[in-house]
Order: sequence, then C-alpha cells, then structure tokens
Amino acid sequence: MHFRTQSSPHMTPAHNVGQVMLRVIYALVPGTLAMTWYFGWGVLINVVLAVLLAVGMEALMLLMRKRPVIPTLGDYSAVVTGWLFALALPPLTPWWVTLVGIGFAIVVAKHLYGGLGYNPFNPAMVGYVVVLLSFPRELTLWLPPMGLAEHNFTPLQALGAIFLGQLPPGLTWDAITTATPLDLMKTELSMNRTISEIRENPLFGDFSGRGWEWIGNWFLLGGIALLFMRVITWHIPVAVLGSLAVTAGAFWIFDPDAFASPAFHVFSGAAILGAFFIATDPVSASTTPRGRIVYGIGIGVLIYAIRTWGGYPDAVAFAVLLMNMAAPTIDHYTRPRVYGHNPPPRRGDGSGP
Amino acid sequence: MSESTHKLRHFHGGLQLPRHKEESTRDPVLPIRVPSRLVVPLRQHIGESAEACVQPGEQVFKGQVIGHCDTYIGAAVHAPSSGRVVEIADYPVPHPSGLSAPCVVIETDGRENWGECRMAPIEDYLHADPVILRNRIREAGIVGLGGAAFPAAVKLTPRPGQALDCLIINAAECEPYITCDDMLIRSHANAVLEGIRILKQALQPRCCLIGIEDHMSAAIEALRKTLGGDEAEGIHIVPIPSLYPAGGERQLIQVLTGREVPSQGLPADIGMVCQNVGTAHAAYRAVALGEPLVSRMVTVTGRGVHHPRNLEVLIGTPISELVAAAEGYTNEVYRLIMGGPMMGFALPSDGIPVVKATNCILAATEEDVAPPGPVMPCIRCGECAVACPAQLLPQQLYWFARAKDFDKAQDYNLFDCIECGCCAYVCPSNIPLVQYYRFAKNEIWSQERERQKADIARERHEFRQARLEQEERDKAERLARKKAALAAKQDDGADDPKKAAIQAALERAKAKKAAQQTEQANSESADKEPSR
Repeated sequence: MHFRTQSSPHMTPAHNVGQVMLRVIYALVPGTLAMTWYFGWGVLINVVLAVLLAVGMEALMLLMRKRPVIPTLGDYSAVVTGWLFALALPPLTPWWVTLVGIGFAIVVAKHLYGGLGYNPFNPAMVGYVVVLLSFPRELTLWLPPMGLAEHNFTPLQALGAIFLGQLPPGLTWDAITTATPLDLMKTELSMNRTISEIRENPLFGDFSGRGWEWIGNWFLLGGIALLFMRVITWHIPVAVLGSLAVTAGAFWIFDPDAFASPAFHVFSGAAILGAFFIATDPVSASTTPRGRIVYGIGIGVLIYAIRTWGGYPDAVAFAVLLMNMAAPTIDHYTRPRVYGHNPPPRRGDGSGP
Repeated sequence: MSESTHKLRHFHGGLQLPRHKEESTRDPVLPIRVPSRLVVPLRQHIGESAEACVQPGEQVFKGQVIGHCDTYIGAAVHAPSSGRVVEIADYPVPHPSGLSAPCVVIETDGRENWGECRMAPIEDYLHADPVILRNRIREAGIVGLGGAAFPAAVKLTPRPGQALDCLIINAAECEPYITCDDMLIRSHANAVLEGIRILKQALQPRCCLIGIEDHMSAAIEALRKTLGGDEAEGIHIVPIPSLYPAGGERQLIQVLTGREVPSQGLPADIGMVCQNVGTAHAAYRAVALGEPLVSRMVTVTGRGVHHPRNLEVLIGTPISELVAAAEGYTNEVYRLIMGGPMMGFALPSDGIPVVKATNCILAATEEDVAPPGPVMPCIRCGECAVACPAQLLPQQLYWFARAKDFDKAQDYNLFDCIECGCCAYVCPSNIPLVQYYRFAKNEIWSQERERQKADIARERHEFRQARLEQEERDKAERLARKKAALAAKQDDGADDPKKAAIQAALERAKAKKAAQQTEQANSESADKEPSR
C-alpha cells in the first residue's frame, strides 16, 4: 500500500490566527461596553462603522493584490484594527474622519507594506495619528461622562451627529463637549494651578477621570483575560504600566502639586487599553522576552514624557509608533542565550553520588 | 548526593502534547512470526555503510554476519533469521527522502537456526574488562535504539584520561504514541537492568541515572521492584515531568543534571554519556546471551490500524507484516509514519523494512495530521520562541530562511535547532517552520560542499600551474646546461670533472673569442648568464 509523504511534524497545530484575534475581540467587549455606558451610543456606532470600513477596505485591498479574500478576512485582524481605532475616537466623531483614519490604517500602514505580518507600525495607531494631526478640532469633541452630561444622546441622535453633523435642536458643539481629564490637567497645569485645585473639577473621580477610571478597570479585566488565555505574555503590559507608574511616581513624590499621581496616569486615557491591547500587537512589537520588557518600558516612559512635556494630552499612539521603530534594533540586542552557548558557571552538581 | 528525591531542573519551553499512549499498552507484547522474506539494509546506522560478505544463493544462519563494517563509526549487520540469501540489491529503505539503498534479501526457512553463529556468553560480565564488553557490543552491531542509530560502542569508548561523570539511561519516551520503551521495561525489566549494569561496567561512570517520564508508572514500578528501590548499586531511577521533548538527549541531560551540552559539542564534552533503554537491553542480550542485534520492539499504533500494540519484530520485516499483526488498516488510514508524530518521517509505502532505528509505526488518519487551514503570514506572536527547547528565536530564523539570508540564520544559531517541531506545533499561522530550517541547513551544507569543491579545484589548478612552471624552468635549465657543456666541449675539448675547471675553460674560451672572433661569439656567451 502506498501513501503520500510529508515532512514532520505530523500533528495538527493547536491554534490559528483567527482564534487569537477572536480572543482579543472578546477581551475588548467589557471595556467597550463600559465606554458606551459612560459616553453614549456614539462609541458603539464608531466601533461598528470602523470595523465595517476596515473589513471592506481589507477585502478591497486583498482583491487588488490578488490574495485569497475569505481565508484572510478570517484572521479577524482587520476587525481588531478597526475596533482599536474606534476606541481612540471621541464619541460623536464625524464619519469621514473614521473613513480617512481607517483608510490610512488598512491601505497605507498595512497593505502597502505587504499586509498582515509585514507592517512595521501598528496600523490602528497610524490611522489615529493621521486623523489627530489632520483634524485636531474633530478629535477633541469629547463629551462629559455619564452623570455630568446635560444631554444624553439617543442612538438616532448619535447617528445624526456622526453621519450628518446635526445636533438635536437647541444644542451646540461648544455647549455639549468638554475636555478630557488629561487635557484639563495639562491646560490647568500650564496655568500654574496646583493638582489639588485642579482635582476640584467634577471631571475627576476617585483616583483618575470620572468614568475613565472604570473604563480602565474593564479594559484591565479584558487584558488579564488575555493573559490567562495566553494570547499575550505579561512582559509588555507590565513593562508599560510599571514604567509609567514608576516615572510618574518619582515626579509625584518630588512635587505632588505639580505632577499628577501614578494612579491618575495609569487609569487615564488609553494607558491600560494601550498596554494590554495596542502595544502587544505582535507584528509591530519586539518579539524576544527581554526585548518586550525594553519595548514596554520605552512606551511607558514616552507616554509620561509626552503627556507631561509634549504637545498632546495623551500619548499612547505616539509612544507606540516611536517604539515600533525601535523594535528591530531591540530584538537584535536582546536575543536569548541559546542552549549550549556560554553555559552559566556550573553550580552544585546534583547528579553526583 | 544520596537523597532519595533527585533535584530536577527545567529545560526551556517544551510542550504538553496529547499522549495517545494508552491505545498501544493495553495488550502484552506480541512476538510476530518470521516473515517469508527479510530485506536487511546494509546501512542502518550513522556512519559508513556495511559491506555485504555473503553471496546470493548462500545459506545463512540466524545471527550470521552478512555485512562487515571496518570503520570506527559503523556497525555490522547480522542475518535476522536463517535461510537463503536470494539477492543483494537496492531496495527502498526507511529514509525521509524515500531513497533506495543496498539490502541483503533473505528467504527464510522458518527454522530460526543459529548454527554456530551465537557468540559465546561473556562469563561474569559484571566484572569483565570494559574493553571486552565494548568489543562484544561492537561485534553485535548494536546502535542507539532510541531512533538516532549511532553505533553504541563508540559512545562506550571513554576519552583518554577522562573520568566519566554520569551515564544517563534514556527511558523518557516523550513523543506521543510511542510506547516501545515503556513496554520493553514492563516486560523485560530484569534484562534491561542487567543491560544498564553492563553499560555501567563498560563505562565506569561516577553515577548512573535512569530518566523516565512520570506517567510511565507501570514501567517505573517494574524497574523499582527489580532494582529493589529508587536507588541501589549507584543506579538511580528518576521520574521526570512529561514534557515534550524531555527525551531529547540534550534536554534530558539538562533536566537530570542542570548542565548543558556545548553547542556543536557532545555529551562526552561534559563527561556524560546517554544511552537508550532499548540499547541497554540489546547490550544484555549480546553480552549475557551472545545474541547480536537482530530484533527489536516496535510500537504499531494510531487510528489507522485496528489493534494498536507492541510487537517483537525481526530486523528486515516488511512494515506490512506489522500492520497485519495489528489486524490491518482501518478505512481512515491516511499517512504512515516511522517514529513519532513530531520527529518521525512519512513513508511512501508499507513494503519498506523495519530497521534497527524503527521504534514506532504510526498509521495516522487525515484528521490527526491534516493542517487545520492555509498557511498564513507570520504575525511574530513569539509562541514559537516560548516553546523552543533550544531557546532559539524561530520567528527570526524563519524570516532569514525565507529570505535565504543564511549568514544571518547561522548568526541566530540555526544549527542549534534539533528539529523537534515544537515551533510548528504552536504556530497559529500553520507555517511549516521545521521545513524552512531543514531547507536552510541543506542549502548551507551544499554551499559548504560547493566551496570545498571550489577550494580543491583551485588548489589543483594552482598546483598544476606551479608544476608546469617548474617543468618549464627545469627544461630551460637542462637546455642551458647542455648548451654550456656543448660549448665547453667545442671550445677546448677537455672533459673537466670539476666545475671550477669548466669555468676556467669558459673564461679562457671567452677571452680567446673576444680577442679573435666576431661579436656573435660574445652574444652567445651572454645568453648563458641568466640560466646559471
């Protein structure tokens, strides 16, 4: 009897990329729902719109590049890119901002570099930075969190605002929007107010921004789930949040009135989302265990530096992109010691009789 | 250290794999009947091929040498049963590339007649001279039965002046499905232990550790009962965690002793020797019973056969006979694998014979082996680096192999890869990583061969060039000498034996010519100058 041959190993692998990405998507759900709870239906509409655009553009690019469309869409990487991009947007961002951002993320940052696996930069963050630099006004249209907002948008009103730019009668953009806690902290500090004065503002909650701290908790939950599902390793999130907290802590101890507390930094803005979901994008991150720690520390320190002395209130996207650039170099210098190379000095030998 | 619990170390990475061991251990070992035809490859080991020393038509006894091997790294081949040699020709042998190689084909007579070919048992072998034991193991054609088939006697030869630290007996059958060592220990614990004592006597190590996976409880129990405890006579039974590839030589040494075999080095470099438990059993039979290696234990398993079990098989038996002993193929059979599913290789047909290295025949179904989906791009998730027992960066090696950047691949220690398959198993993108590494290694080897060939060709060319020049010079010199001699003869006719005399004559001739004759004579003497 004759058989077809094939090279080893002969065991069906345990995972596939689609499963990995689906787990990331599941882990994003609690934080996304919390964000919707605090900032209204617009968040959810943004996510759906961005995901649909991302998948559509991915399909289009695959067709143009004559690549298999259905199997590739099944890796769900476009869904993750669209979703992460949407979470960075203010709740009522006009639809065309999403279109431009996703266009850059999928077409330029991903497929022009060769598609999944070949992109040196995190596509979602490239898209976000492009719209942040291009449309600064639209990207600051944050609403106050639930409990502080005077008007709660119905789903239809949110759709109208996003797609037609129409607000419900009697409302103006200036009246409904507000700064994010990070933004407020930055402007107020620049006017030489002390932290304790700034924290009087109702935007602040127990240890960070009102609403934001809870959204952070839910993303943290999703991130811990990713750790337990072994989708990510602890190295990057711990390094990002640890270095952010340590850097913030050092300055805060030095002068607690001029520098915000570590808890504020960790639970504000996109720090937790970034540490668990964005910086851990394997394609653009460092890939060695020690390298991932260096890479994470770089991101954490950069987030603090840009937030504190830079021109933008939040800095996760810039920090991640800057460290993406450094990833190949980090990988080169953090190779693990291979078995049998310069073995460590022989300790007490347990083998002797 | 004499504490009863041995301190274990870890190797990097590794995998918890589905074991599939129960299927083939339910029934006792079955010795299968002598097949009508045995196809015995002359090369069943690492090293030079043996040379046939029988003729077609010749009657052979069981255990008669049919293939000689004089090289240091090599092993003799014996007739697995009595009968008539019908042919010495190329037949397909178990090899990843499916190639054919010289085999001795024996038509058996079913009598299993040893004739005079059983060697004399060595008396009091546990106190015998190591050299005698080593020579017997060499004569018996014993090779490593764990799968690598490295001649056992070579590893039993200590380096001059080196005291051996540790003899490690590998009973950690870490690949899924394979249970031949497990069943061998269960059924022949006494012989196995005697074999270990023989290896110990041959090597005189400071200690002896038996590394055995902790799930093989029946085998561990059998060893303990025979040895009379966990530790006796300097032999230590050490159950180790079941983690693939704990049975890899380098990994096993690391788990048991915490030490690492140097890259590109051998266990002997750190004073260790690792022998498979099956090898120990074969050594016992050779030393105590005088039987060369003519049979072995083989696991036949997988959902592709009706009755998975372990068989006692003569070397040279066609695999189809083993399948028949396992009650034949099921309808689902899809791939036939020699060895385990992680490192074994697929066979093109079941007409191929069992060789010394055949530990397992796995008849797998499509569901067991089919890739779950198309190959996707590498997303650099690093799962492979987590799993790699050599602590390499498989994701980087993959890029370099793909880009044919072989220098860089070597820089990232490609040659420390043991091809265990852990990286490919965990890869979410279904990339056949091991294939890329094999490709890169082969390319590097062939480049190396090309370079050596080119070097030899260049040396030859340079040598030829130098020889031609030398010949040219010699010729010119001879000519000049002749001319000079001729000129001297012509000029003064004297046959001076001494150079000084010739010189003097020449001078005189020159002076005479210069004085008397034309310029032509002058130019002639000037011609001689350079050749002197």
